Amino acid sequence: MSEMFDVKRWKPAPLLPRKDPRDGSLVFVVAVLCFLACLTALGALAANRAAQGWTGQLTGSATVVVRAQGSETPDAAAGRAAETLAGVKGVSEARAMEKEKAEALLEPWLGQEALELNDLPIPRLVTVDLDPEAPARAADLDKALKAAGIDATVDDHSLWIADIERSAGVARWSALAMFLLIAAAAGAVIAFATRAAMAAHRETIEVLHLSGAQPAFVVRLFQTRFAQAAALAGLFGAVGAAIIGALARLAGGGQGLTPVLPVAWIDLLAVAPTPLLAALVAAVAARVAARGLIGELA
Amino acid sequence: MSRNRDAASTGESPAGPILRFDGVGMRYGRAAEVLRDVNFDLAPGSFHFLTGPSGAGKSSLLKLIYLAERPSRGTIEMFGRDVEAVALADRPFLRRRIGVVFQEFRLLDHLTAFDNVALPLRIEGGKPESYRADVAELLAWVGLKNRMHALPPTLSGGEKQRLAIARAVVNRPDILLADEPTGNVDDAHALRILKLFVELNRLGTTVLIASHDEDLVARSGQPVLHLDKGRLRAFGRNVRQEPGA
Repeated sequence: MSEMFDVKRWKPAPLLPRKDPRDGSLVFVVAVLCFLACLTALGALAANRAAQGWTGQLTGSATVVVRAQGSETPDAAAGRAAETLAGVKGVSEARAMEKEKAEALLEPWLGQEALELNDLPIPRLVTVDLDPEAPARAADLDKALKAAGIDATVDDHSLWIADIERSAGVARWSALAMFLLIAAAAGAVIAFATRAAMAAHRETIEVLHLSGAQPAFVVRLFQTRFAQAAALAGLFGAVGAAIIGALARLAGGGQGLTPVLPVAWIDLLAVAPTPLLAALVAAVAARVAARGLIGELA
Repeated sequence: MSRNRDAASTGESPAGPILRFDGVGMRYGRAAEVLRDVNFDLAPGSFHFLTGPSGAGKSSLLKLIYLAERPSRGTIEMFGRDVEAVALADRPFLRRRIGVVFQEFRLLDHLTAFDNVALPLRIEGGKPESYRADVAELLAWVGLKNRMHALPPTLSGGEKQRLAIARAVVNRPDILLADEPTGNVDDAHALRILKLFVELNRLGTTVLIASHDEDLVARSGQPVLHLDKGRLRAFGRNVRQEPGA
């Protein structure tokens, strides 16, 4: 069959096939693993934020239980305590809790009937917001209350903070470990899939090698090819995870999907380096595999 | 970067033999030797057939020459230089001086006939405008003028063979090796291919063809290296003329 072929317009074709059916499965596997790695990265960031929120809420406040003395009414004692504490260095704000709110807190334990007895001494609570930069210590608050002649007990939540911090630490490190595990698995699979795909190109490598191609020429060829494929797969995975993250953020309004796992818009940026990292791993794997194959031939 | 850059490191074309085997043995892994005590010289511009029964070691001997394998003992000199002394980094340049027509062609199926033939010149780093006319001329010379755009899977056995020959000679190698180049074609095509090799040889290329086609070898009248069980049994004579050699 005669074909028109314009020699003057001929341009060298890519030495590797533009489209290879085997590349589809490589891109799919890498995209899925990148997607999972990105999701766990978003999960780790959200878990870290949640853990910070839990400890921040506890360490940023204190609760003071005030008992009235002598003829002073509980409300007056609570008001005086709030006024005293507001003047302590390291306190942002101190508020006496209304009687109704204090009763509401006690109701589950004492019952409605007990609270209706007027002679039952209901302690008043003062909530104290501490300066986040230089929070006042419980001892400072206690000292100020004693100096003002107020009978009160300061609860700086220290009893709970250690447990909460431990729980937050477990959540934070678990999420990070899961991310690292999946990222490592993704890296290993990218390297393995690249090597497998390289083996399918052994014939091409041999022909180039026996035609006098220098190892660097062959390595560069495959390195570029597989880096491009992995970058594309990484992009698919990252975009997929970012969409899931955005949906989670939108579904939960200002607090994210749930207060337990709050995703922020800025977290979505964490998936951005994925295509680059996937390309890097694939390039290194292709380089090592190509050098290995050439070494066998040499 | 051209293959000539390496002249100093891979050896100049010598006044003596272009290829010398001296006590060469070769084995694959730990198996028994497939070549034993092989000694011969090829003069520049010579034409030889390499004959012998299947398993005699013909392909292995060619692999040693095109540097796909290494000898287990003995010395191979090419262009006046011991090939084992050529640095690994310089071996690609040495390979560029050897054209090979593989038994199974080893064409790249995703490249057109034109791109396959241009491959060695691309590897040497030439610019397309400097060699595309030569590639077109060579394809016309081997009878593939109208098949330049065809992919190898669409070519007949004879066309693939001629394409493989064109790729092997496009960068004007000093030595041309062919492994059973007429194994897949009929007699008429075999003679046509033989004429191509003879013409290339007239242009100064040293030619060594491995073949078990005794009729073709006899008709060519070219000298023969005959291998049997890994040993060189005859050198410089035609097997058909001296069957007992």
